[in-house]
Amino acid sequence: MTNSRYLRVLQAAAGMIVLAAGWQILSYVFPHYLFPPVPEIISRTIEVLITGSLLVDVLLTAGRIFGGLFGAFILGGILAMVIGQSKTAENFIAPVLTFFQGIPALSWVVFAIIWFHGIEFRVLFIMVMTTLPAFTFQILDAFRSMSKDLFEMTMAFRPSRWTLFRFLIVPTIVPGILTAWKVNLGNAARVVVVAELVGATGGVGYQLLRQQQLFDMAGAMAWTLQLVLFVLVVQQTINAIENWALRYRAVSERAM
Amino acid sequence: MASADPVIRFRDVSKSFRRPDGRGDFVAVDKLSFEIAKGEIVAVLGKTGCGKSTMFNIVAGLIEPSSGEARVIGHNPFREFAFFRGKIGIVFQNDRLMPWRSALDNVRLGLQILDSDAGHASETARAWLKRLGLSGHENDYPHALSGGMRQRVSIARAFAVDPEILLCDEPFSSLDEMTARDLRAEFVRLVRQNNKTAVFITHQINEAMEIGDRVMVFHRPARIAYETRLGAGATDADRRKVHEDIMRVLSVEQAPA
Repeated sequence: MTNSRYLRVLQAAAGMIVLAAGWQILSYVFPHYLFPPVPEIISRTIEVLITGSLLVDVLLTAGRIFGGLFGAFILGGILAMVIGQSKTAENFIAPVLTFFQGIPALSWVVFAIIWFHGIEFRVLFIMVMTTLPAFTFQILDAFRSMSKDLFEMTMAFRPSRWTLFRFLIVPTIVPGILTAWKVNLGNAARVVVVAELVGATGGVGYQLLRQQQLFDMAGAMAWTLQLVLFVLVVQQTINAIENWALRYRAVSERAM
Repeated sequence: MASADPVIRFRDVSKSFRRPDGRGDFVAVDKLSFEIAKGEIVAVLGKTGCGKSTMFNIVAGLIEPSSGEARVIGHNPFREFAFFRGKIGIVFQNDRLMPWRSALDNVRLGLQILDSDAGHASETARAWLKRLGLSGHENDYPHALSGGMRQRVSIARAFAVDPEILLCDEPFSSLDEMTARDLRAEFVRLVRQNNKTAVFITHQINEAMEIGDRVMVFHRPARIAYETRLGAGATDADRRKVHEDIMRVLSVEQAPA
């Protein structure tokens, strides 16, 4: 690790240590059912991770997040390509997506409960509807930023539509796709909990509801941390993919 | 005029564009007629904005004439777009390398689009990079190459598909004079050696005279104001005379409409 990377890790760790210390102080001042001690939260967090029956709930939520994001990504990618190639399609689709963006996640939860019976389909529907506009607009922006020069150069070789898509469009929109995944991951993690709180019989949201009914703050924190850990791991994975996929970019030696 | 069976033939070709502010059209090419024979290197010279690039884009099939007839190898380059797969190689003013592809992959691009065998594509691309002095840089990304090296890669990309016609739009204008001179000489050698037909657009008189078998000078909107053929036996005095003539033609050009 380079010195600057060490420094970054230390700074991040220092922030978390200060937060944990503050919480620990609060646990001395207030009753433990309001602010449980940090070691208890950590032990409950580890317990969830090493207990198969509890880990299933974490994996269930992770699967729902991925399913929803993947569905929105595919649908958003198709819509972005259609909008990008047709002004009429843009005039027709863009206002609808903008309208969808204004609908709160909780409203989609209510609609899903009224319209559908299957729990998994409800969650998938909610996830797709809440992340679809962002995916579409971000991929569309990336598509529109495609260089006219590179387009003309590629067209000079007379590629088929599929070849053009493979050799020019996909590499052009990859940075936009990765950004869209990073942005939507956090949103999806928040929305999935709301969806699970209301209608699911498993998952992190369902477990959070149980902890609330049991008035178990340590448990609520442990389940919340599962989701935070999941988001952090996936963010780091996307960052690693981004570093690999965009390795061609020049990096200035002078730090910003 | 060139032979009876030209590779490129323009007959009264005009091209107009709508003005960005919507107030009418402006004429970029005005009833342009010329012929280019197989194996000829024709340098097209003119001031910035005289319609050289518009003519270039018509030959490349990237835009369609508003009127008149443009034929390349006997076909309409815009309407019969697919016919020209692998027949035209283009070197642009800027290198237009894909930043996410290495030098080797950039040269392989045209061959991949033409569905060449992967092994053959790599071998050909490697050979062209070597010919242009870029051995050892196959895996470098464009940002790691100098301007001259990037332009060499773009020349290799154009030659790698073994096109019948090479179109060059001021390809060395952004390079320093020494690099440009070396690349010009290399370019002419490769065109002659591979028996290609080439159209070379430039706004530098010396470059046009150095490269072209024939020099066409455009006035704005693109139409031929002067044309000359420089034989191998041309003396320094002949060249000076042509240079002066071109200077005179360019200096009487009107301001853009």
